[in-house]
Amino acid sequence: MTRTETAGPADSDIPAPHSERQARRTVLRDGISIGVATGTYGLSFGALATTAGLSLAQASALSLLMFTGASQFAFVGVIAAGGAPLAGAMSAALLGTRNALYGLHLSRLLRPRGAGRFGPAHLVIDESAAMSLDRGSEDLSRLGFWSAGAGVFVCWNTATVVGALGARLISDPGAYGLDVVAPAAFAALIAPRLKDMQTWRAAFLGAVVALVFVPFAPAGVPVLMSACAVTVVAIRGSRAGRRP
Amino acid sequence: MWLGILVGAAACYSLKLAGLSVPESVLEDRRVRKIAALLPVALLAALTMTQTFSQKTHLSLDSRAVGLSAAVLAVLRRMSFLTVVAAAAVSAALFRLII
Repeated sequence: MTRTETAGPADSDIPAPHSERQARRTVLRDGISIGVATGTYGLSFGALATTAGLSLAQASALSLLMFTGASQFAFVGVIAAGGAPLAGAMSAALLGTRNALYGLHLSRLLRPRGAGRFGPAHLVIDESAAMSLDRGSEDLSRLGFWSAGAGVFVCWNTATVVGALGARLISDPGAYGLDVVAPAAFAALIAPRLKDMQTWRAAFLGAVVALVFVPFAPAGVPVLMSACAVTVVAIRGSRAGRRP
Repeated sequence: MWLGILVGAAACYSLKLAGLSVPESVLEDRRVRKIAALLPVALLAALTMTQTFSQKTHLSLDSRAVGLSAAVLAVLRRMSFLTVVAAAAVSAALFRLII
């Protein structure tokens, strides 16, 4: 059975797949790769959580139940600074707000119905959202979401345990460059999507607005301001230039 | 501590669920579709910048910038995903070691 690729324009960054199976394998491999990469800073999460005074069970509960890296680091950061656990929960929620925004894109893609959304919802994180962007066809994008979500879930939770147990070995994640793993991964994931002017503008605006707000807003808010800015610009743009 | 963990986890899950529960009629709106497509890229670009150039609520320029530059170079040379991430981590760690 041969299958001609008709879904979407050929992506110059992904080698033209000879078959659906090959394309699926590429997406699966990428999903596992991002799981592995995320696992490395899962190690530093486990270590930081233990250093902040959380037990192994508490650190694991965060990774299993909260399962959104930035929020977990925020929670642990508040505890480490001597803050109350509920204050930690507040800042975790603030950091987790962006996951709701990924939902706009993901619900179009996954089209979850009723109780069917409870499972995928848990896997909505930066990495799975990034992997679901424009993989060539909707099928492959969905596979990207699931493979990254599942890959990260397994690696992140395993790494949390290992990191918590080996806290003394990795008490300074920066020493191994682990603190740059996440931004490097995000850069690698969005680069192939920057194909047109509009996407470039959104990325540029998002980047600049976030940095401008860093000194004035608590962690997590600058990124939300980027989302606001891009939303406003997109709405105005579609009003102004409706017909070319 | 456990109360904080459970409340935080519940809040984060609710936010994720809320995003997937937007009614289809809203999603079909042309402007919403455009925004939905652009938001992930904007958010991830914003995260890349804040996680590289900020320390809590200060802007900062340190070895992470070296790491991200290495990542960008690797992306431009079309290296594989894991190579990009490894290049970033290794160069940031080496830079830290040297200075």
